[in-house]
Amino acid sequence: MDASETVKKIRFTLNGRPVSATVESHVDLVDLLRRFDLGGARESCGQGLCGCCTVVVDGVAMSGCLTLAQLVDGKRVDTIEGLDQTGALSPVQQAFIDEGAFQCGFCTPGFVLMTHQLLERNPDPSEPEIRDYLAGNLCRCAAYPEIIRAVKSAASRMRASAAA
Amino acid sequence: MTIHRPTIDRPMPAGQVGRSVPRLEARQKVTGRADYVHNLVVPRMLYCKVVRSTVPHGRILSIDTSAAEALEGVYRVVTADDIRTVVPNPFYGPAFHDQPVLAVEKVRHVGEPVVAVLAEDPYVAAEAAQLVTVEYEPMEAVFDEIEAMTSTAVVHEVLKPAGTFPDLKHLVGRRDTNIALDYRLRRGDVDAAFAAADHVFAHEFKTQQVMHTPLEPMVSLAEPGEDTLTIHTASQSPSFVRIEIARLLGWPENRVRVKVPHLGGGFGAKLYIKLEALVACLALLVRRPVKWSLTMEEQFYTITKHASTFRIESAVDKEGRVTGRRCEVFWNGGAYADIGPRVTQKSGFTAPGPYDIDNVSIDSYALYTNRPPAGALRGFGIPQLVWAYESHTDLIARGLGLDPVAFRRKNLLRDGRPQATGTPVRDAAIEGVLDDIAARMAWETPFDRGSGPVKRGRGIAVGFKASIAPTTSVAIVNVAADGSANLYLSTVDMGQGSDTAMAQIVAETLTLRTEDVKVVHPDTDVTPYDMATLGSRSTFHAGNAVKLAAEHARDQIAALAASLGLPPGSNYAPADLFKKKYGMQAGNIIGVGTYIPEYKSPAPETGLSDNVTPFWMVGGTGVEIEVDTETGHVRILRMVNACDLGRPLNPKIVETQISGAALMQLGFTMFENMDLDDGQVTNASLADYKIPGMHDVPDQMESVITEAEQKSGPYGAKGVGESATFGVSPAIANAIHDAVGVRLTEMPLTPQAVFRALREAELNSSTTSA
Repeated sequence: MDASETVKKIRFTLNGRPVSATVESHVDLVDLLRRFDLGGARESCGQGLCGCCTVVVDGVAMSGCLTLAQLVDGKRVDTIEGLDQTGALSPVQQAFIDEGAFQCGFCTPGFVLMTHQLLERNPDPSEPEIRDYLAGNLCRCAAYPEIIRAVKSAASRMRASAAA
Repeated sequence: MTIHRPTIDRPMPAGQVGRSVPRLEARQKVTGRADYVHNLVVPRMLYCKVVRSTVPHGRILSIDTSAAEALEGVYRVVTADDIRTVVPNPFYGPAFHDQPVLAVEKVRHVGEPVVAVLAEDPYVAAEAAQLVTVEYEPMEAVFDEIEAMTSTAVVHEVLKPAGTFPDLKHLVGRRDTNIALDYRLRRGDVDAAFAAADHVFAHEFKTQQVMHTPLEPMVSLAEPGEDTLTIHTASQSPSFVRIEIARLLGWPENRVRVKVPHLGGGFGAKLYIKLEALVACLALLVRRPVKWSLTMEEQFYTITKHASTFRIESAVDKEGRVTGRRCEVFWNGGAYADIGPRVTQKSGFTAPGPYDIDNVSIDSYALYTNRPPAGALRGFGIPQLVWAYESHTDLIARGLGLDPVAFRRKNLLRDGRPQATGTPVRDAAIEGVLDDIAARMAWETPFDRGSGPVKRGRGIAVGFKASIAPTTSVAIVNVAADGSANLYLSTVDMGQGSDTAMAQIVAETLTLRTEDVKVVHPDTDVTPYDMATLGSRSTFHAGNAVKLAAEHARDQIAALAASLGLPPGSNYAPADLFKKKYGMQAGNIIGVGTYIPEYKSPAPETGLSDNVTPFWMVGGTGVEIEVDTETGHVRILRMVNACDLGRPLNPKIVETQISGAALMQLGFTMFENMDLDDGQVTNASLADYKIPGMHDVPDQMESVITEAEQKSGPYGAKGVGESATFGVSPAIANAIHDAVGVRLTEMPLTPQAVFRALREAELNSSTTSA
C-alpha cells in the first residue's frame, strides 16, 4: 500500500488547545500523545485491561492503547496533564496524595481520570459503586484500600465545594 | 478497637521519623509527570525487538535473517555471533554465569531470546522479528522440579557458578545434573527425635509458577559514548548492573554509568541483570542508543516466581511440643539460575518455621528445568515455605485436638532462643504478631459459622524471614551553604517509599524538614554503591548508611561551629556558619556513611552459624472466610495482617506496604497461575492471567504494626516490603479447612480445587459409611 493511503492529517483539541498531527493508520493514541510530550497515559497490558493508558475522548474514558490515533480527528482529547493546568491540583489528585492512594504511580493517572468520570456521574458513590466503577483499573502495588478512601474523600470535598 | 502502642505513637525528637509524610514525589505521580524509563526517548535511538525460542529445549540448527534484513526500515539483525564480537564470553547472571545474552547453540526455554532486530520504528522492528526463521532440533525437556532431580534431560551440561558468592565455589565444574545447588542443614539428632516421638506428621505441599507483572514492563535503554556506556534502566539494582556490565565488557566500573528514575513496580522482577546485557551489547555494536521494552506477554518468559514442592515431617511429644522436623524443599528454578540458588539457601534455612525445635534437618535444592527462569519475588522463597509449614502446623494442631493458636504459642521461638541455624533470635516479635492477630480476630470468642450451603471458617498463620547478608550500602549527604541537604543514594524507589523514608532519616538527624531534603536518584556516576533494593533490606542497610552519613555531616557542622569559636551546644543555623566561614553563601559539607552488618557464613556441612542474619522480619495473617459448598467459591470477609517492622519510619506508608503485600499474595494464593503446555505459557496476558483488582479486596482489611523495636536498625526500624506476604496463603487454606473440613495442599486455592476436594471428601465419607 502506498503511504499516502495510510497517512492522514488529523486536527483535535488536546487539553483545551487546538492541535494537529500527521499520523499513520497503525499509530495508537498513546503513541500520538507521546509526540506531544505527554507521558501520563502509558501502555502496560496492551489489551485495554489495566487502565494505565486511560485517555478521555469527548468526555468518555478510553483505553489509549486500543484507540487508533486517526479516530480522534475532530474530537476533544483530555489527559491527566490537563487536570492541573491552572497550577492547582484537582480535588481528586489532592485526595490521592492525602490518602496515599498509590505506590509506584504507574497506574495512578488512569485511576485519577476514572475517578473524575465517576464523580461527574455520581457525586456520592457507595463503596460497592466505587469498586464496580474502578474494577477496570489495575494496581499491582494493590493500593486499593487507599484508593477507595481517596475516592470517598474527593467526593465529599467536591460536594462541599459545589454546595458552597 | 484501639491498641495502645507507646513506642510507635511517640515521634522522634525532631518530629521527622515516625511522621506520616506524604511521598516526596506524590505530586509528580498524580499529575502523570513522574519519570519512568518507559517514557524515555533519546536522539538517534533504535528500538529492539527479539525473536524468541518456540521450543523448550533444543539445538539451534539454522537462523535465517534475510527476510527481516530486507524489510524497509530495518537497521540491523543481530545473533549470538555478533554479540561475541563485543563480549567474547557472553554469559551473565548474579549467582551463575549461565545465561547467554542471545541463545548460543542451544535454547533452554520457550521465549528465550535468540535474535535481536533493530529499527528506528518499533512497529518495523516488531514486523521484522516475525520474518526471522529459526530451525531447532528438539531435545528432551524437563518441567517438574521433582523429575528434574533424576531426569535424563539435563538443562546445563556443566554448572558455572559466579565468583560473587564464596559458598557456591564447591559447585564449579559439576556436570550432568539439574541440581544447581544442594543446601543442607543438620542440627541435633533428628532420627532419635523421630524414634522417640509420640506422634509423627508428614505432608507434602506445592506452589505454582507465577509472575510479578509490574505494570511498567521491564525496559532498558543503552547509550554509547566515546569510551563509555550509559544505561537507563528500570532496575532495582543499579550498582550490580554496573559491575556486571563492566565485567562482561572487561571495562573498569567507572566507564559504565547506570541511571534509574522511578520504577513502575518491581517486586523482584527488575533485579540483578535482565535486559541490560543485550541493550549494552547492541548499543556498542551499532554505535547508537538502543531501547528494549518488553510487552506484558514477554515478561512471563523473562522472570517468574519459583514453583516448589516441600516435604515436611514433624516429630511431636505427648505434651504437644515439636521435637524434630525434617524439611525437603525443591525449587523449580527454570532454565537459568538467576538468584534461585540464593533463594534455596537464604530462605531454605528458615524452612522449619519460627518454632523452637531442637532437632532439625533441611535439604533444599535449586533445580534447573526447561521453564522460564525463576528468581526473586516479594519474599524470596519465604511465602512458599510458610505456605507449607503453617499448613503443616495447623494439621498437627488438628491432629492433636489442640487449638492452632495455643499449639503455636507452645512451640514459638522466643527471644534469645536459637533458630535452626543456631543463630539466637533477637528483636523478633513473633509472639507479638501472633497475639495481635489473635486479639484483633477475638480468636477465643465463638463466631458465626454460617448456615445452609455457605460455611464460615477462620485461619491464622505466622512466618519469618532472615535478611540477606552480608550486604553493603553507602550513602552521601551533601549539606549546601543555606543548610538544605541532598541525599545521594543508589536505593531504588519502586513505589515502596524509600525516597521519603530515607529523607526522613536525614531530616531527623540534621533537624530539617523532610520536605527540604532532596533525594538524588540512582546514577552510578554520582550515587554510591548499594547492593540492591531487595529482600526488604533497604530500610535497615541503606537506612543505617544514610543515618551514618547524616551524622557525619552533623559532626562536621559542629566542628565548623567550634572552629569559628562558638561554644558547644550553642544555637546556630548552618547557613550562618557557612557565611561566617567563607564570607558569603558558599561551600559544602559532605557526610559519608558505609554500612555492612556482621555476619558469619554457615558451616558447609551442617549449615550452622551463630550469626546468620542482622535482623528478622515477622509477618502473620488471620482471615475469616466464607465457602460456598455448592460452587467451591471462597470469599474473604476479613483479613488482618500484622508485622514486626521495628519502629515505623512513616506509619502511613508502612500500612500501605502491609496491605499491598498481602493483596499481592492473595492473588498468588487464590487464582494466579502460569499455565504451561510443553513449556509454553498459554495465559501470558492480563486477559487470561488475572491479577487482583478492586473486587478482590476483602470486605474488611486491617494492617497492624506490632509493637517492636529493631535496636540495630536506624531509629529502631527495619524493612517491611515482604512481611505481609508470609502468612496469607496458609491462613486461607487453614480457614477453608476450618470451614468445610477439607485440606488443599496445592496452590492456587481456586473454586475448582475447593469443589473437587469437597466432592472427594463426600465420596470418601459415603464409601466409609456404606
